This record gives sequence, C-alpha cells and structure tokens, in this order.
Amino acid sequence: MTAVLHSEWTKLRTLSGNAWLLLGVVAATVGISAAAAGLTHVSGFTHGGDATKLCLSGVYLGQLIVAALAVVAISEEWATGMIRATLAALPRRISVVMAKAAILGGLTAAAGVVAVAGCLAIGRLMLPANGLAPTHGYALISLSSGTTIRAAGGSVLYMALIALLSLGVATLIRDTAVSIGVVVALLYLPPLLAQIVGGALGRHIKELAPMSAGLAIQATTHLRRLPIQPWAGLGVLAAWAGVSLLLAGVTIRMRDV
Amino acid sequence: MTVTDTSPLDTGRGASSFAAALHAEWTKFRTVRGWVFGLVLAAMLLVLFAYLTGNGQHSGICVGSGQSGATQPQCGQGHPLVSVGPGGEAVADSYYLVGRQLRGNGTITARITGLTGVTSNAPANAAPSLARTRPGLAGWSKAGVIVTASTRQGSPYAAVMVTPAHGVRFQYDYTHDVPGLQGAPSAAAPRWLKLKRAGDALTAYDSSDGTNWHELGTRTAARLPASVEIGMFVTSPVTFGGLATSATATFDHVTLDGRSLGSGWRGQGIGEGPPDFYDVLGAGGFRGHDSAFVVRGSGDIAPAVTAGGETPASLLTQALVAALLVIVVVAAMFTTSEYRRGLIRTTLAAMPKRGHMLAAKATVIGALGFIAGAAAAAVSITLGRHVEATNGNYLFPLGALTEARVIVGVGAIVALTAVAVLALGAFLRKTAGTVIGGIVVFVLPAILVVPYVSGASGSGGDPSVPLWLLRLSPAAASSILGSLPSSSQVSYPYTVGNGYFPLSPGVGLLVLAVWTVVLLTLAMGALCRRDP
Repeated sequence: MTAVLHSEWTKLRTLSGNAWLLLGVVAATVGISAAAAGLTHVSGFTHGGDATKLCLSGVYLGQLIVAALAVVAISEEWATGMIRATLAALPRRISVVMAKAAILGGLTAAAGVVAVAGCLAIGRLMLPANGLAPTHGYALISLSSGTTIRAAGGSVLYMALIALLSLGVATLIRDTAVSIGVVVALLYLPPLLAQIVGGALGRHIKELAPMSAGLAIQATTHLRRLPIQPWAGLGVLAAWAGVSLLLAGVTIRMRDV
Repeated sequence: MTVTDTSPLDTGRGASSFAAALHAEWTKFRTVRGWVFGLVLAAMLLVLFAYLTGNGQHSGICVGSGQSGATQPQCGQGHPLVSVGPGGEAVADSYYLVGRQLRGNGTITARITGLTGVTSNAPANAAPSLARTRPGLAGWSKAGVIVTASTRQGSPYAAVMVTPAHGVRFQYDYTHDVPGLQGAPSAAAPRWLKLKRAGDALTAYDSSDGTNWHELGTRTAARLPASVEIGMFVTSPVTFGGLATSATATFDHVTLDGRSLGSGWRGQGIGEGPPDFYDVLGAGGFRGHDSAFVVRGSGDIAPAVTAGGETPASLLTQALVAALLVIVVVAAMFTTSEYRRGLIRTTLAAMPKRGHMLAAKATVIGALGFIAGAAAAAVSITLGRHVEATNGNYLFPLGALTEARVIVGVGAIVALTAVAVLALGAFLRKTAGTVIGGIVVFVLPAILVVPYVSGASGSGGDPSVPLWLLRLSPAAASSILGSLPSSSQVSYPYTVGNGYFPLSPGVGLLVLAVWTVVLLTLAMGALCRRDP
C-alpha cells in the first residue's frame, strides 16, 4: 500500500496544474469570503445573523475547484491513456482508488485548513468594521467558541468529502468534462429544485442533497431552522462520498479499463 | 507547425471555405452522440424545471398587488380577474363612478375642494375593512372627472384628476399621463377640472379659479361609441407598503353641458372586490345632489402591477440555470476535445484559415443552442400555463409580444453562453479549466441571484451583491425574464425581490453579449498567434 500511495503521491505532486488548483482552492475560498464580508453591512434585514457562516461562505466557490482537482486526478488518466500503465503496475485496482482518495483527501484538507483559517481571520478583522458586531446581534469570531470550531473544522472536512465524492464520480464516468458537470449538478441543482417544489418535499431534498446538507455544518445560530442538524448533514455528505467511492471501487474492478 | 495553403477544404474563396468549415464542424457535432444528448438534456432539464416550478406549491401571495390575505382564499378556485386595457396590457380598473350617459358631444366641469382618506390598519392575514383604518392616503389616490366608453372594466377612457402627491394629472387609456397644476386640493386652494368630448377627441383642462383655464392635452387614440359614460370618479390605490386605502373627495360646481340620458347622477362601484384582483378598502359611495357631491372610492385606474405573482417568464428562472449548466459542459467539450485528441492538428491543416474554424464552431453551437433554448422555452411556457391553470393557480398575463421576446431571449442566452464557453475552451485548451471557468462565470452568478429574483431569499440580506451581479455578470441576461410591467403611475417597490430586474431586457442581454464577444476576441487572437 505504501508503494501505491507513493506512486499516486508522485503523480499528483509532479503535475504543476495540481499545485495551482490547490492554491486556487485557498484563493477562491478566502477571496469570496472576503468579498462577502466586505459587502455585508448591518441593515434592518440582517440583524442577528450568523457571522461565522458568512465568513466561511467562500467554501461555496472553493468546493468547485476541489471538485476540479479531484476529477482531474483520475479522469485525466483515462484521457492520456495513463490508466493502462497504472492498472498494469497495480493489479489491485481498488487500492489505486483508495490511494488517490487518501492523498486527495489529505491535500484538500490541508488546503482547507489554510483557507478556513484565512476566512476566520478575515471575518474577525473585517466584520466588526462593517457593524457585524455583538451590539448588532453578531457574535465576534473567536476560536474559543465551540460552535465556531465545529463550523471551521466541519468546513475542512466538507471540502475533503467533496474531493472524495468527485473522485468517485470521475472514476465512474471517466470523462473530465462530464464528471465535473455531474458533480456541479449534484451540488447546485438540488437546492434549486428544493426551492421550486417547496414545502415538505423541498425540505427533504435539502436534507438529502450533498451541498445543502453538508453545509449545515457551517451554521452557528438558528440551528432549529436548519433543514438538517450540522453533524447529521455532514454525515449525509459522507454517505454520498462513501457510496460514490464504493461504486467506483466496484466498477473499476469489474470493467475493462 | 507550418501550414500549407493546399488543403482539401480550402478552395481559395473565403465564403466557400467557410461553408466547408461549417459543414465539417456540423458533422463533428452531429456524430458525437454525447454532445447531441447533452443538448437534448439541456432542453429537457429546462422544460422539467419549468414544469416543477409551475406545479410547485405556491405559499403566500398568488394574486394582485398588496396584501394577499384578502384575496388568498380564491387562489385555489379559479382565476381572479385582471382586466385588459385597449393596448392589450393588464390593467387595474376599479373605482367609484357618479355618472350619467352622454349622447354625442359634451363637457363636464367640476371643482374639488378636498381629498382625504383612510388607510387599512387590518393585520396582514385579514381582509381590509373600513372598520379598521387610520387616516392617510396613497400618493396616487385620484378624484376627478372622467369620460369612459363604458363601465366595463378595461374600457378606453380619459380622466382629469387631483392627487395628493402628484398634483393635477390628465390620464387616459391607462398608460398615458400628463401633469397639470402642482399641489393637493384643499378648501383654500381648490382645483377646477374640465373634460370636453368632441367625437373621439377628449380634451382636458385645469384651473385654480374656474375662469383661467389651461389645456392639458387631448386624447384621440381609440374610437368611442356615440354614447359614453361621463361623471365624477374617486379611486385610491394600495400604498407602497401594500396597504389598501379609500379616498373621499368633495366636489362642487358640477356642470354637464350636452345631451345626457336618464334623470340624474347615478353612483356605481366598478371592479370593487372579487373576482377583481385589486385590493380595495370597503365599498364606494356618494351623497349630495345637483352640483355638490361627496364621493368615496377605492381601487386604481392604471397599469396592473403584481406582487410575487408568477408570470410565464418567471417559471423559467431556475430552469434556465439547469439548462446552462449542461450547455457549459457540451460547449467546453466541443473545443477542448479537439486539443486532447490532437484532432486540432488535422482540423487546422484542413482549414488553414484558423479564424474560420472558431467561427464555424461558434455558428454551429450558437445555432443549436438557440434552437434548443427557444424551443424548450416555448414548450415550458405552454406547459407551465396549462399546469398552473389545472392547479387553479394564477399566471400574470403577458402580451404575445412579451412572450415571444422571452422565448427568443432564452434561446439567445443559451446560444451566447455556449459560444462564450466555446471561446473560453479555445483560449484555455484544457477541459477541466474550461468547464470550471464556464460554470463559475456563466452559471454561478445566476445561481446566486436566483433566490433573490424568485423572491425566495426570505430575510433579503444585503441586496447589493445580487444587484451588481445582475448588472455586470453574465447573469444580467436573465433580465430578459423580467416581464412584469412597471409604471411611473403606480407606487410600488420595483425591486429584484418582487421580480423587477435592474436592467432592461435588451441591455441585460447586451451585457452577456459583451462577455461573449470579449472571449471570442481573446480566443481568436490566441488561436491565430500560437501553435495549436
């Protein structure tokens, strides 16, 4: 297994695009969070909102780049024909997927830690200046708050799980563009669907969809209004990632390259 | 790489070489089953999402402007009545008329010495009632003299009136509005109003003393019958905050020159209460005789404006996003697959005029995208209208022209987005980057503004972000779906949350077109400059 891990690590490390994508994850996440923090001002509408969730909102965009990184890590093997060499060298095909999952999960989590730390710092520095302060019902971002730690740590886990989900989908589909399209559709379309069907069905969609359930982990206030509780929501996303990896493992074993 | 001029497809003449390129690109697209499937999938997703939107549960407001409570019970039981004006547009036409029939030509003159009123104080879930009110009027409360073709709602008319906040106005046929004397009427500063009928021409005058008259204008548009209704009217619209109002006006020195039928002035309420969609506060009425009257009325005579209502176009808000997501993937593959398979070398060897390849690809994907988008939009609107009617929900009517604009607009959005992503692909040459870039630039802004546009954002948050996205990002093009009428004659929050876009449809589409042109230019430059 260490040999597999080593070979996969070498592949990911030596493609310069991957380093840029990881940097992109951090930049996009922190950038959008900064934009959201900078553009939000206290008004009559926003009294008593969720400052932690607001300053972690960059994950909404950062996850797209995570998805791209994870998809490319496996689908490009098919695009270039590399997959034949990989699977010839490593006949235990499942271990290839597992090694990729481990390394992608680790890399994404590392980038996630940096990104989330940046988001929290921005939130702490920028939000009070815009009036999102305790006097207006916004808690100051602080690492001593248990819910903030849960939201921040959960966001890191969320990004890692998105990477695993994307890896599973790409292994199943084997095409870069279609895989990214499917992952993006899985993430962004169910919330739209929930919006238009509304009611109890809409709520169920939000409970079961990977993004709307998974991002519940970022909520620190008004937890009762959430369609699903934070850890349960992240569990739903983990189930999605697990099932997609399971299917990926089964299909890569069963079918011809 | 060097290219030769003797290619099998290049016959030397520009036009025919482009035709050959077009044929080649069309063959490429047509023969890749996945791309054709993607195009069909985009169209199907658009129809499916529009169907689900139409079939969805509509909690909250379903008709009219202002408070929903009063009208909500009828939502499930057929359609409330929205009158249609002489120009085919939806209009509000509810008021109290103290009038008589005028045969042939004639003139009505009146002096108004006061305009007061009350505003509903009833809670949001109760019907507005005269029992629960506080003093106060809407800025566009109206009292004056009117000539209307008939008392049927939506009839052509002309009226000269006083208002609390907009001075004297001469308005006719719902959409025309001419200002007159400034200020609200009072006992100290009464307003004299005169309306003269001569054939199909209706001419309005105002005066502050009854001797020095000033002509405001003449309405000559639609033909009037020989017998028209002439008289005094009062109406009072829903306030900016959505509260029903009722106005009371004091008329004196009322004179009517001309041959009138019947024995005297008759009062009648027009469009007061169900099934008319417009929220009114109590029934109108009048007292007085000869030449002095006090008249009370509620409603509006103006273009109809709706709150949170669905239109055939608004059914497409989310549907368009779903379709664009698929189109981005297809368009990205259409160029980047050339690079990943090395086909680009063959393509460019066969078509040394590199610009032709990109132009041909853009033409193919643009035309197909337009057809898929427009066809899906047309099906969606028809299907959505049917579903809403079956469910007893109400769709705010749009004119045929507006619907055609929406259908063509959706086709144009799909086409422009496809061409832009295609160009992005030719520029980046990498599949993953093109798909992600296309989604971030062309789909994500639309996803972000959807909750605001569809009024589902709840708390509202800070609306400046969606406003700027709707102005500058490619999502600006979704303003083509903004088909609700807005009017300077109706005081109403014309906000994104109520379905009004910051840009006009054409300008919004132009913003997307600029994005597309810029990307095409970049791609064309890169393609001609560098090695494939």
